[in-house]
Parts: sequence; C-alpha cells; structure tokens
Amino acid sequence: MKRTLLSILAAAGLTLTLIPSILTFTGQIDIQMNKWLMLIGMILWFSTASFLLKPKK
Amino acid sequence: MILNKLSKRLESVQEFEREPVPASKLKGWRSFLGMYAGEHTAGTEFVIGPLFVAHGASAGDLIFGLLIGNLLAVLSWGLLCAPIAVKERITLYYKLEKICGKNLTVVYNLVNALMFCFLAGSMIAVAATAVGIPFNIPMARLTDLLPGSFSWVIIVLVVGAVTTLIATLGYDQVSRFANIAAPWMILVFLAAAIGVLPELGVNSITDFWPVAESKIWTGVPLEGQSKFTFWHILFFAWFCNMAMHIGMADLSIFRYAKSWKAGFTSAGGMFVGHYFAWIASGILYAVFLQQSQNSLEFAPGPIAYYAAGITGAICVIIAGWTTANPTIYRAGLAIQAIIPNSKTWKVTLIVGLITTTAACFPALVMRLLDFVALYGLVLMPMGAVIFIDFYVLPKLGLKSNLAEVTGRKINWAAAGTWILTLGVCLFINFYFGIEIFFLGLPGWFVAVILYIGLNYAIQSSKNQKTELS
Repeated sequence: MKRTLLSILAAAGLTLTLIPSILTFTGQIDIQMNKWLMLIGMILWFSTASFLLKPKK
Repeated sequence: MILNKLSKRLESVQEFEREPVPASKLKGWRSFLGMYAGEHTAGTEFVIGPLFVAHGASAGDLIFGLLIGNLLAVLSWGLLCAPIAVKERITLYYKLEKICGKNLTVVYNLVNALMFCFLAGSMIAVAATAVGIPFNIPMARLTDLLPGSFSWVIIVLVVGAVTTLIATLGYDQVSRFANIAAPWMILVFLAAAIGVLPELGVNSITDFWPVAESKIWTGVPLEGQSKFTFWHILFFAWFCNMAMHIGMADLSIFRYAKSWKAGFTSAGGMFVGHYFAWIASGILYAVFLQQSQNSLEFAPGPIAYYAAGITGAICVIIAGWTTANPTIYRAGLAIQAIIPNSKTWKVTLIVGLITTTAACFPALVMRLLDFVALYGLVLMPMGAVIFIDFYVLPKLGLKSNLAEVTGRKINWAAAGTWILTLGVCLFINFYFGIEIFFLGLPGWFVAVILYIGLNYAIQSSKNQKTELS
C-alpha cells in the first residue's frame, strides 16, 4: 500500500515536470506557472523516488 | 568509520579486477540501457548543445549529423567493444596489462586520470554557473580563457571543495543519487526546451522547422567561433565517446553483459542524451541569445534558470555535480593503480585540488568540444591495439597478449603504436590543417597498420623468437 502510494506520487512528480511545459507550449498556462509546477514535480520526485529506488539488500 | 567505509568501497570496486566475471554475475541488456541513458544525460549536455549553436551549425546539419554520428557510435560499441568484452570478460586495465605490460598501463592510467581531472573541472565550472545565480556574479564569455573575476573563482573553489569532499567520503550515495536524478533530468531538459519554444515563435509543431533554421541553428557562427558543418557534427557525435567504444574503455562495463548485443543498448545514451538533450539545450541557448541580443556570455546555469526557474538551476547543479563526482573518483582510482599503497582519500583529495584549480579557467568549458575530441583521440590508439591483438594477430601467426606471454613490463609494439599514431595525427593537424574532430578515423587506421607492422618487426627478431619459443 505504502509502495503504491509512493509510486503514484513519484509518477506525479515526473508528470508535473514534463506536462506543464506542453501546456505552456499550447498556450494553456503561462511560463511562470510552468516553473512553479516543475518545482513541485521536482520536490515530489526526489522525496519519493529515493524510497522507491532503494538498492535491494 | 570513514576508513571502514572506504575499504568496503574499494573492495567492491576491485571485484573481478583480475579474473573473468563469473556467469552468475552476468546482467541482461536492460541494466545497460538504463545505465547508458543516465550516464549520457549529464552536465556536459548543457554545454555541448549550446556550443553547436555558437559554432553556427545549421538545422539540417545538426539533425542529420547527430542522427548518423550517434548511430555510428552505437555500432562502434555494439560491433567493436562489446564482442571483445563478452569473450574476455576482464577489465580494460587487465587486458592492457596482458598486451602492453605493467609500465605502459601505468602511463595509460596517468593520461586517463589527467583527462578525467579536466572533464570533472569543466563540470564543476558548469555547476558553479548555477550556484552563482543568487550572487549575481559576472559570468564568463565564449571567448574567455582565464578567470574574469574574483567572485567567480570563489564560487568555483566552494563548489570544487564540496564536490571533492563528497567524492572522498561518499561515492556510493552519489552514485545512487545520480541514478535517482537521471530520469528527472532527462525530462527537465525536454520540458525546459518545450516551454520556451513559444518565445522563439513556435506555436505549433509545423512552426518548428522554419524557426529552427532561422532562429536556433542558423548556420551563422557567433563572433570569434569557427563554423561547424554536417561533418563536424557527425564526427563529434561519433567520436566524443571514442575512448569508451573504439578506445575500448567500456570493456570494463560490457564484461558483465550476457550477450555482445548489449552493446547496442548504448543507443539509450546516444539518442536520449546526445540527441534530444543536445537539441533541447541548443534551443535554450537560442532563447538566451534572442533575449540578450547575441551576448557572448556563456553560462548554462542562468540559461536553464531562465527557462525552467529554480528547477532548471538545480538541474544544472545536479548534472554538473553528479558528473564531476564519479569522474574525480575514477581519476583517483586511476592514480591509485599507479601508486598502489597510497590512501584513496588522499589521492582523491589531490585530484580534487587539481580539478578545482582547472575549473577556475573558463577555457575548459568554452573549448569543451575540442577537449572531448582530444580525450577520445589520445586514448583511441590503445583501442586499436586491443582490437588487432584480439582478432588479427592470431590469424597472422603472431602472439597476442605479448607482455603476459613474455613477462615484459612494456610492449614496445603497443608503446610505439600509441606514440607514433598521435605523432601522425599531430602532423596531419599541423601540416594539412585538419581539425581535431576528424583525426580519429585516419588515426585508427594508422594505429592498426603500425601495430601489425611493429609486431612483425618485434616478434620476428631473433631474441624475441627464442623468448616466445
């Protein structure tokens, strides 16, 4: 359950890194909003991926 | 505690250093695909893509030059390096020792370590351009070779000191962090470029090509920069990792592969890092040039910050740091192989000091294309030596692994090949004015002919015949 939640959050992090730029390209959000969403995406990714990608013991 | 960590780390690094990798430790192609995609989307990509723009590459030359050059690089890994790696299953250094002897391998290690120092130095400088943003320090220009301000030197020293300290204490953690950062970094490259396209006038996919030709890769070099053609791009893409594929450094990697076909997974690195990331960073630089009216200032940090905000700046720091860190560590290991009794942390600290000093000079970043080409060229002859020694010498009735067979500490056929090949390349460069990017191809054939010829001469001499019999 915990791992599933982490996976969803990590995927959301990567999605927030890429998708807002496409929305900026299509004119649906401005570049400032894109930068904020990318920042949230980065925080989400690094705070979750480090637990998900732990080396197997 | 620290000593324990270090000795544990060294033990893991020395795994199968002098014996073939056992079947139980072999890995499938997926492991290599991820590794190559991650390793080749790094700090250097923030510099190389923009330098193509600065050198006036045209859009068509860039897209097709990179396509063919990267394809040739993948074929070099898949057809030259990986097949030998899976047959021998030993490290490059051990293979060199068998062919060239201990003393020549020491020289190879020293040259390799020096090259690693400069490469890591350029990455420290790249990270420093992002760290310097809040302090508003003046950034170097494309034509600068020497440090331009005291504040720049201070920032580089701080970044260099932190990087060296971490390289000394925690390689494993950095390596893990680099793996975590890799997929995110690839997306930041793409996202930053896509997000700024409207600023260049690209509002739909059909707008891209006309804008690419007129505003990004215009075909006109910036002031003081040489002009890059299709052939420059092709040969650079092919040879920028020449030390790894044709130079055989990745024997140490592919010795773990189940099949030689794993060599083709290098496509992950070439077409993600050396294609899309170079194109993306070129787009970011074109936006910067438009905003600054063709300013000669060249700083990946502020460029990425403009396109992707704090995320962009952090991406430059992480990309520079995660490239510099293992590179300093590898340089330390190469030197440690020369002085086996030296402490790893002391060697790494000295390497870090050299690297950080080099990083203060903007020339390292501004001339990165030349440096990367030189790096490949200098180590290439030893790759040709391994290739011929493995495939051709036995068919000609000559002995392979001469140093191992005769117990000699230096194989003069290999040493002569290395020195004379570089001499011939230097001659072609000076006398015919052929640029460094193109020397690798004729150089490889020169090395092949020299190594066969010198082996004939050495192995057929009376003394040698007695020794071999």
